[in-house]
Amino acid sequence: MSTATLPRILTGVPANGFISFAQHEAIHGAMPVLSRSRHDNALDLELTESGLRGQGGAGFPTAIKLRAVARARGRAVVVANGCEGDPASSKDRLLLERLPHLLIDGALLAARAVGARDIVIAVGEHATHAERAVEVALSERHDLRSGSPRVRVVIVPHGYVSGQENALVNFLNGGPAKPTAIPPRVFERGVGGRPTLVDNVETLAHIALIARHGAAWFRELGTTEEPGSRLVSVSGAIAYPGVYEIESGAPLSALISAAGGVTTRVQAFLLGGYAGTWVHPELGLQLGLSDTQLAASGATLGAGIVVALPTSACVVAELAHVADWLAGESAGQCGPCINGLAAIAATLQGVQHGTAGDAPLEQLARWASLVRGRGACGHPDGVAQLVASALSLFAEEFADHARHGICDGCARRRILPVSSPLARRFAA
Amino acid sequence: MPLELRINWIKCDAHGMCAELFPELIALDEWGYPILDPRPIPPELEAHARRAVAACPTCALALERVPRRPR
Ligand code: SF4
Ligand code: SF4
Repeated sequence: MSTATLPRILTGVPANGFISFAQHEAIHGAMPVLSRSRHDNALDLELTESGLRGQGGAGFPTAIKLRAVARARGRAVVVANGCEGDPASSKDRLLLERLPHLLIDGALLAARAVGARDIVIAVGEHATHAERAVEVALSERHDLRSGSPRVRVVIVPHGYVSGQENALVNFLNGGPAKPTAIPPRVFERGVGGRPTLVDNVETLAHIALIARHGAAWFRELGTTEEPGSRLVSVSGAIAYPGVYEIESGAPLSALISAAGGVTTRVQAFLLGGYAGTWVHPELGLQLGLSDTQLAASGATLGAGIVVALPTSACVVAELAHVADWLAGESAGQCGPCINGLAAIAATLQGVQHGTAGDAPLEQLARWASLVRGRGACGHPDGVAQLVASALSLFAEEFADHARHGICDGCARRRILPVSSPLARRFAA
Repeated sequence: MPLELRINWIKCDAHGMCAELFPELIALDEWGYPILDPRPIPPELEAHARRAVAACPTCALALERVPRRPR
């Protein structure tokens, strides 16, 4: 760790509205033109050395993905993925709505590196100001001349899994925003049947900065395995919930202090959102926020999500509520996901109300392990992780509920957000 | 290279034929969807595996030769 400073990506983020191209260039400088020939792909080299990983949740090395697309046969397409399905995440929305030029830079640089002439910026429909921000930003780009890639903005219908790579590509090809069977992999056959690079918008923002300052600069922050900085959405019992840029590997306690500290006693932190892991607050605060360091606690940071659950909340009610929503977010295609998640959600409701049948907690644990790996996408695995980790950290609370039913906390307002597309459309 | 069974979960309709024809490595869950034994298919059972693949009415089951990758 070093004295390199933060913020990087969030430098100059406006409190309202979005940054202009002139402000963007004043902060970061002009977008460089990197050399690209058959044998020398400067961006590929820098990304390889930087160790940048995808920030959409999967954490796959960005350079490897880029290279696969660059080497695949056919004219490539670049997709900037800003769908952000997890209701506890807001970093992608922030980038789209406030700092659109950074991810546009990243998409242009990636397009050049893979030889793409088309860029799609995919915006989740919940990010109500994103389309306008990105459209205005594009209209300001006097560096987009003839010969530059065509860029279009596409609004993607809400859905927890609609930002999954194959679901997104399927939608862009005119199908529903649901995951498809793999293979084909999108890097071989994606949008319009062409090799497609799908990168999360935060990943593209990092690319924009690495292209300017180089891999060594990127590595001045973070750990050897997970260098650089990353955006984390912090919510729950927090003084200033929001999106923070942290040094990868920084302790959770530092992030929580940056967010003004907790507002009340916390019974657990949820790391990694709704495919994530519950950790005890005392242990949690000492954890370093990188997937390598979190692995010892069985956790990951996923798409960079931290929720502080106050002791006043009923964790059983919270989980029942979220599991019910997640079951409804199944794309309804794979039997074990449809049936397994519905069974888990119904049993959690039963546990909360003390009306579940025999040994409901053992049933829940069994279903959680039964659904893992048995779907076309990772949705059942994510739910299984969330539920299994809650059952193990809160064994007492669950046993208590199974016996006695609802508690005082059940009546309180839920902390964990779920989102209904309808409610959002009317609110917008 | 060992053979592995793969299921296309989007196509699988819980017909259960596969478990009937290849009970050694395929069980069914309570909704009738297959549960695969993660072990590689022993050579003497390959014929059973092929029969199960051929019998799947939705072509959801496939056999694949997979190079063993270090995980
Ligand atoms: S696993 Fe679930 S969410 Fe994923 S494609 Fe299948 S049904 Fe849809
Ligand atoms: S036979 Fe085919 S459709 Fe039936 S359960 Fe097996 S894989 Fe699924």
